[in-house]
Amino acid sequence: MPELTYRQAITAAMAEELRRDERVFVMGEDARADLWATSGLYAEFGDRIRDTPLSELGFTGAAIGAAMTGLRPIVDLQIAQLVYNAFEQIANQAAKSRYMYNGQVSVPIVIRAAMGYGGSSAAHHSDRPYPMLMNLPGIKIICPTTPADVKGMIKSAVRDPDPVIVFEDNNLMLQKGEVGGPEDVVPIGVGKLCRIGEDVTIVAIAGAVPRALEAADRLADEGISADVIDPRTLVPLDRDMILDSVRKTGRLVVADPANRTCGAAAEISAIVAEEAFAALRAPIRRVTAPDMVVPFSPALEAGFYPDADKIVAAAHSVVGGHDAEVFAGAH
Amino acid sequence: MDDLQAVAVPETGVLLEMYRRMLRIRRFDERAVDRHGKGEIPGPMHTSIGQEATAVGACLAVNEDDYMTGTHRSHGHPIAKGVGLDALMAELMGKGSGVCGGKGGSMHLADFSVGSLGESGIVASAMPVAVGAALSAQIRGSGQVVICFFGDGAVNEGAFHESLNLAAVWHLPVIFVCENNGYGITTPVDAASAVPVVADRAAAYAMPGVRLDGQDVLAVYGSVREAAERARRGEGPSLIEAMTYRFREHSEMGSNFSFGPYRSDEEIAEWLERDPLVLFRTAVLEAGLIPAVELDEIETEVDAEAAAAVKFARRSDFPPPEQAYVGLYLDERREPASLELDYA
Repeated sequence: MPELTYRQAITAAMAEELRRDERVFVMGEDARADLWATSGLYAEFGDRIRDTPLSELGFTGAAIGAAMTGLRPIVDLQIAQLVYNAFEQIANQAAKSRYMYNGQVSVPIVIRAAMGYGGSSAAHHSDRPYPMLMNLPGIKIICPTTPADVKGMIKSAVRDPDPVIVFEDNNLMLQKGEVGGPEDVVPIGVGKLCRIGEDVTIVAIAGAVPRALEAADRLADEGISADVIDPRTLVPLDRDMILDSVRKTGRLVVADPANRTCGAAAEISAIVAEEAFAALRAPIRRVTAPDMVVPFSPALEAGFYPDADKIVAAAHSVVGGHDAEVFAGAH
Repeated sequence: MDDLQAVAVPETGVLLEMYRRMLRIRRFDERAVDRHGKGEIPGPMHTSIGQEATAVGACLAVNEDDYMTGTHRSHGHPIAKGVGLDALMAELMGKGSGVCGGKGGSMHLADFSVGSLGESGIVASAMPVAVGAALSAQIRGSGQVVICFFGDGAVNEGAFHESLNLAAVWHLPVIFVCENNGYGITTPVDAASAVPVVADRAAAYAMPGVRLDGQDVLAVYGSVREAAERARRGEGPSLIEAMTYRFREHSEMGSNFSFGPYRSDEEIAEWLERDPLVLFRTAVLEAGLIPAVELDEIETEVDAEAAAAVKFARRSDFPPPEQAYVGLYLDERREPASLELDYA
């Protein structure tokens, strides 16, 4: 098994799918340059790597039209905030067309959006926009967190008959790991149980996953064991994995670097409250970014996102100190 | 259309089909208005009455496997592209036999089997999609072209600018056909556009732009044919501005509803004199191209078609309610299940 960085894994996924299927092509701003995840593709694939003007609405819509008529475009939005520019086409054309036209058409498009937060990129370049897109039935949303997953899931996304938006996390780009081969795909809609425990379920999203694993290590030192779940896909969410875990542990902490209101953490909390209420032994805790504009100064941004300290504190608050039985007795 | 000898007149079969399709649009929409007034067609509805020549002239100038995108005022576009009336009328009534199974309605009457790639309730939303279909045709080397219909209101959307620029910079086979009916709902073009001649905007995208009489089906046909040939030669997109008029209100809001006095009685009367069906009939009869009896036969046939479409639609069943909850994704097992909660 080769070892690649998260970014190399994204590039490898696109290259393998370009080799496998002549309908696949890549388009985006500076897609031909040796910049970011499309680096090196132009040298091998030539015209199938297409530079675009700065017209995110236009070229995202064009990719949708190409997908409706037989091709498999991968759109590189370069930074996740450009989703806002393309939003009308994503919402009205990509998400709705299969349903609205009663199955006459598929929109097999992949939109890649890299999130760069926590690095003084400031207000316009630091958003995590996936919660807004979760409210759009008709698209799938993935947020893989390891080199193996990002490679295998982008490959699944390219082969998927419906629109898939990939939220990549720039904080994970240099992370290294083993990845699968050209035929290995990781399915969309299946979560990953990263660590097995008994006392608390920690569901972590995107860049919060490594922080949750760090928190779980620290909790283990205190004698608290945690299930850590990386849903990997936000739509469709692997509800069963989360519910099964909470039915076992009775406690839920959700760590999500996106904003709090109507977010992924809110949705996961609501599902658990509706469907596993009887299993809950403590209130659900969310560890999210605040509903604030992201500030520029490192001194101001430093405390915004879920980290191991916050996740450990949230776990403590639901487990009730080091003795779960004491907490249960007080319940 | 005063002097037919001056233009290249297409063969008789094409002329007959022009009349048939324009009439189909007119009779279809007349009956739709009637049924909408009777409460049998729900929701907002925008008719194509008065604008038939642009849709038909453009669609007959390309092949059946060429693509087309429409607008919110788009009953006429699929009819012009060759879709039968039954499934369209059933769709307006929200029936399961509708062209979109009752899920699309008046503003989303797509029939992909004739290259109709959808219509858009959001102004200019289908324009980037049209560009994408053209990109696909170019990449696949299929030789297809795309007709992108839009109105005068669309030209101030960002999507218009991005679409024309993309199509031009990539030399894509798109024919941008602006149906300029003078108003975005009630706002006149010159109050909305700093450059009110849409064709003039072509210069900004280095493509040919022409303004023509949208009530003259032959003028539209000729111009779109030329643009299509150019597109198929790989020479890129064109912009055609067809001056036309909607004979009814922006949308059907009940028989006595008016959007206010934004159009003068004189203006309306002048345009009603320029009914594209009457202009065509008069011109071909005066030129002796088609005997009146053949046009009369078409009228009888199309009247019957439109009546049959209403009958078909009325007799069709509504889709079962459970249809509302399927069809979002191809793989239904992956559909979000939040509506499946059992509270019992």
